[in-house]
Amino acid sequence: MSDVSEQEKQAYSRLVKEATPVHRLWIQMLRAFLTGGLICCAGQGILNYAKAQGLGNDAAGAWCSILLVLASVILTGLNLFTRIAKWGGAGALVPITGFANSVAAPAIEYQKEGQVFGIGCKIFTIAGPVLLYGTVASWLLGLIYWLLKAVGVL
Amino acid sequence: MVGQASWEEAESALQKQAARLAMEKAGPGVPPVRYLFSGDLLGQLIATSFGVMDLKLPLFGLYGACSTIGEALMLAAMTVQGGYCDAVLALTSSHFGSAEKQFRFPLAYGGQRPLSATWTVTGSGAFVLARSGGSACVTGATPGRVVDYGLKDSMNMGACMAPAACDTICTHLEDFGRTPEDYDFIITGDLGSVGQTILLELAGKRGFSLEGRHLDCGMLIFDPEAQDTHAGGSGCACSAVVLAACLLPKIESGEWRRILFVPTGALLSTVSCNEGQSVPGIAHAVVIEHC
Repeated sequence: MSDVSEQEKQAYSRLVKEATPVHRLWIQMLRAFLTGGLICCAGQGILNYAKAQGLGNDAAGAWCSILLVLASVILTGLNLFTRIAKWGGAGALVPITGFANSVAAPAIEYQKEGQVFGIGCKIFTIAGPVLLYGTVASWLLGLIYWLLKAVGVL
Repeated sequence: MVGQASWEEAESALQKQAARLAMEKAGPGVPPVRYLFSGDLLGQLIATSFGVMDLKLPLFGLYGACSTIGEALMLAAMTVQGGYCDAVLALTSSHFGSAEKQFRFPLAYGGQRPLSATWTVTGSGAFVLARSGGSACVTGATPGRVVDYGLKDSMNMGACMAPAACDTICTHLEDFGRTPEDYDFIITGDLGSVGQTILLELAGKRGFSLEGRHLDCGMLIFDPEAQDTHAGGSGCACSAVVLAACLLPKIESGEWRRILFVPTGALLSTVSCNEGQSVPGIAHAVVIEHC
């Protein structure tokens, strides 16, 4: 087989698209809604309880994050999180639970390669981009906010 | 884990077990093995090098992605036929844990796989090719070329490899002046259900109808309903263990007279993928007959 022309490549890519099954979007969205909603309800429950115990907004928010992250890490360790994420998709991955899983999973996997080159170097292989670009994005938005304030729009 | 501490060591242990078992099964009528042709999916073939160390056999390390066993069988047959020795061992392995770790995500990471994804088979297959003994033999082979149709989806490897499988199968049939009817079955390695659909279509366009003559090891090895394995199995072990455990007994018993065994490989790495390269495929065809 000599060079494959651009046209052949495009025709092939169409053939592949026809032959490849995809997940049903509406069912996936419904499951994500239910899973994500349930996690957020749990978070709200923790928040309300913490406030009822007399904690301030900040402290209650911190407790909420800490408990959700803890739950996610424990579920990851017990290998249950993958099942929840398979069923609930982005509903489980977008809340803070997904972030905790993406840090805990490499830590478990690379533990065999040692504390430094294993866990140390690779714990953020999945979460790293979120941390980096999340920080950069907040920095940029802060700059825009500051500029808008300086010129008196806000 | 096969009693080992890591996925990689477990894969090595599987190779060692499979190699020992194959040499044991070959029996006293077969000359002693002189060379070893082996490979796996891991970087720098670590499953192989650590697995075969204790066998103390001269080693030729091979990389053909999931098509490795085809390459090993072909080279082993050539070595014996060429008179360089009387018996060679062809060996390969793959492991779900070590492959996921190297090519995809840590196992405990939650994510959804597309329906076109395949699951790496954990196992190892070993074959003794000798000048005498046995009731199945390699009677011909067509080595594959690297074929690239520009696909970049590493989660749809069946589609990435189907053009390579089609190229090798059609070239083989043309070279040997045969039709698909000359074989009981033409059996690809790990195209899965998506790749099979595409292969049948592509081969049809080149004038060969494989309908009813084609099987795929990736589709044979798992029960997609019960095991939820989407498009099927993949990995070096997929075609190797299906050949050893399911296809060869049928040829040895004479139920099948002749098959074309076509392991397929997707030639990618995480580096080539991240750098925006496409996923080329390769397929090696080996004719195996009852004798």
